[in-house]
Amino acid sequence: MELSTVSSNLLYAAFIIYLVATFFFGGTIRDKNRKKTGVAGKIGITLTIVGFLTQVGYFITRWLASGHAPVSNLFEFTTFFGMMLVLAFIVMYFIYRINVLGLFALPIALLIIAFASMFPSEISPLVPSLQSHWLYIHVTTASLGQAVLSVSFVAGLIFLIRQIDQGEKSKHTFWLEFVIYMLATALAFIIISSSFNAMNYQVTFEAPIQEQPTEITYQMPAIAGPTDGELITEGMSPLFEVPQWMRGQDAAIKFNTMIWSFLGGIVLYWLARLILRKRIGAAVQPLLKKANPELVDEISYRAVAIGFPIFTLGALIFAMIWAQQAWDRFWGWDPKEVWALITFFFYAAYLHLRLSRGWQGMKSAWLAVGGFAIIMFNLLAVNLIISGLHSYA
Amino acid sequence: MNNITCECGHVNPEGTVLCESCGKPIQGNQHIDGNDSQTLLNMRYDGSARRSQTYNRTFVDKIWNFFSSVKVGVWLIVLTLVASAVGTIFPQEMYIPPNVDAATHYEDQYGLAGQIYYQLGFHNLFSSWWYMLLLAMIGISIVIASIDRFVPLYKTLRTQKPKRHDLFLKKQRVFGKTESSSVDIDQVRKNLKKSRYKVKEQDGHILAEKNRFARWGPYVNHIGLIIFLLGTLLRFIPALYVDDFVWVREGETAVINGTEGQYYIKNKEFILETYDEDDERFQEALQNQGGLVPKTYQTNAVVYKRTDPVVVGGDPELEKIKEDQIKVNHPLKFGGFALYQASYQLNEFKEMTFKIHDKNNEDSSYGQFTVDLSEPKSEYQLDSGYRVVLDSYYPEYELKDGKPVSVSKYPKNPAFVFNVYPPGQSEPEVSFVGIGANVDATGENDYKIGLINFDVRDVTGLTVRKDYTLPFIALGGAIFMIGVIQGMYWNHRRIWIKPKENGVWIAGHTNKNWFALRREIDKVISETGIEAPNDQQEMKN
Repeated sequence: MELSTVSSNLLYAAFIIYLVATFFFGGTIRDKNRKKTGVAGKIGITLTIVGFLTQVGYFITRWLASGHAPVSNLFEFTTFFGMMLVLAFIVMYFIYRINVLGLFALPIALLIIAFASMFPSEISPLVPSLQSHWLYIHVTTASLGQAVLSVSFVAGLIFLIRQIDQGEKSKHTFWLEFVIYMLATALAFIIISSSFNAMNYQVTFEAPIQEQPTEITYQMPAIAGPTDGELITEGMSPLFEVPQWMRGQDAAIKFNTMIWSFLGGIVLYWLARLILRKRIGAAVQPLLKKANPELVDEISYRAVAIGFPIFTLGALIFAMIWAQQAWDRFWGWDPKEVWALITFFFYAAYLHLRLSRGWQGMKSAWLAVGGFAIIMFNLLAVNLIISGLHSYA
Repeated sequence: MNNITCECGHVNPEGTVLCESCGKPIQGNQHIDGNDSQTLLNMRYDGSARRSQTYNRTFVDKIWNFFSSVKVGVWLIVLTLVASAVGTIFPQEMYIPPNVDAATHYEDQYGLAGQIYYQLGFHNLFSSWWYMLLLAMIGISIVIASIDRFVPLYKTLRTQKPKRHDLFLKKQRVFGKTESSSVDIDQVRKNLKKSRYKVKEQDGHILAEKNRFARWGPYVNHIGLIIFLLGTLLRFIPALYVDDFVWVREGETAVINGTEGQYYIKNKEFILETYDEDDERFQEALQNQGGLVPKTYQTNAVVYKRTDPVVVGGDPELEKIKEDQIKVNHPLKFGGFALYQASYQLNEFKEMTFKIHDKNNEDSSYGQFTVDLSEPKSEYQLDSGYRVVLDSYYPEYELKDGKPVSVSKYPKNPAFVFNVYPPGQSEPEVSFVGIGANVDATGENDYKIGLINFDVRDVTGLTVRKDYTLPFIALGGAIFMIGVIQGMYWNHRRIWIKPKENGVWIAGHTNKNWFALRREIDKVISETGIEAPNDQQEMKN
């Protein structure tokens, strides 16, 4: 078997193992003893470690196959980020021995890895600016930092579901449902993309891009077509055209995918809500009765305390050293750089706010959610929408 | 100064909240740290007397208090954060194409929103005065807030005594009473030492402490940040920072801009490599990307130092000092300068050779001449007696409003107006010659000028950079990392044990991670007869 095939099979296996591990962590919900880890928890963490090692196997084989560290495009980076999230969870697990963290961290890692595989996954060559050891020094450290910070979000989410008063509607319940809806949207994106992919769906338009007639091929039915686009293959004609200012080659396609994902998210979310007949947060809350809010809050804070220095080192300091070498300046206000700085500022503000009374618990948990939103924005929106010098995607 | 003498005899400075020695809450000052409305003490700065909380009379006091506030600091961070995000909505001016006018570009590309963005100056947000001001204010805040806290906290932690006041212990978050006559203090000491605590005793009172240095982490990282920020200011000193650019054609030697004529560079060869489309590893990706993917940008360069004094005109005497390949990610460094592969121009014309022939017979020839495009002559005398005068030369020719113009001085698309004088004639024939263009100005010419040969070469574009501010930047970054790790990866923990008539009291404090502290206390009191203390701040469910 070819090395690259071995590699993708290992990734697939790791995915399945994480999935099974999640179910075992789910089984710990019913453990009666609060202090001791039951059998289910032990199997859960063991499987998680096995899954992690399997994914490390994917990483190494892909490295061997391509000749460079597999962190050079959006697929590789996002997959690696998922792997680091699992690692960060494992470390946290052994500091605090809390099973419920796995029940939330693993599904989010699964979501991220599945999300990654929606991007082109073939092994691609490195352009000159990426040909440096700093590629893997900078990217892996930055990613590890982001992953540890994401554990803070996972703990924050557990805290919110556990602590928010579901007795009545409030701002808290609304935004918690919104966070859950966003997760549903990510899931919907994965389901929809892979379904149309499996069907091999394609529809092509011809539309002017910078006054040149260009062929634009959608992989999903076009709800929003390109401006002044003309359907040149068979397929559903679009319901409307994207506004004029979305000019880029892929802008219309990306916008269309977004519409599909948000619609899919609505379907998934309301389906779940109809079945449960209450807010998702309210439905999950009783399962978390055993979780100690003090402990969950401390994990959320500890993750920031551990992740912040790693993130700073990887995403700012190593980034500056590399930028100095590749682009003759250590800082250039490129959007990706700026968003790394914004992440830094955000968590710096978090750490300072934690000093004040009244910012522990609920407010901290909301901040952890905000931080994760910024990290995701930098990973996805900056690459897919703003895009600068960073050559991902 | 109105010093406060505590009942334990220690003299505290004005504004102290908890006695530096015994920790007794000082009456009348409890509002400062918000202790009056709480059951537990605010231990953030150990109740030390901070200037910002003590004086608020003069203008200096007010400035000091403003900048020392964490709330103000967080607001400054949040404002900078929001401003930075705004700066990424549309590209900054430095990232728009170099030959467009910003005034119209933003409106053309992004409509009304773009126009507003431009008019508010957001296209140069990161060099705007108010963004700089925000950063400067953060810098000031860092200095003042750090001094305000570090000095009194340092003094208090140095002064603290093991003997603590009852109220101090009772109002700690982790606190417990043990009523028993069989407490094994020796075992406690052993356990504390095993957990690497430093144990101090005073009349049977125990203070066990570890990792106090973690408390200095924030101040160390703030020092790092200040050095970093000052380092970025040094760039404005010209002697410390040079940013220039040099274009060198293959085979040519050029003076390196920004070095005051001290250094020269020879471009031996410029190499542009692309990935092989048949490479099995990358085949799929290369096909999907539908085009050539660059693999290498490289200049084989030689750097010379001028040895004679710099005089205008005259050939310099050059001494070779370095030969290397300049690639992306591999700059060439010499004498404090670095050259970076930044740009290139392929196939610029070097020479063009023409011949004069009959208008209707391309095989005829009345002689040929060669134009060196970097130094075209004004007149070419051919062996056949024909004379060609170069009337006009357009290095990068374009037709604008029906008139020929040159859009640059680089011979990328050269065009010429030649005046051809056949032997013995004083009236020339005028010909316009360009790539794929050969226009007879009057339509009555007998001769035509045809391109028969040309030579091209590549040009490399290199950034010239001298940056003596980097050591400061690096030092600042390193100190920041040390400080942030020192503060985040270690926790300052203290455990107090106070003997009572019938048993002991125990209290604990840490600056973070209370679960870990409680677990450690459990270890410390095992087999000593002391009961586990309570966390007095458990959250309500």
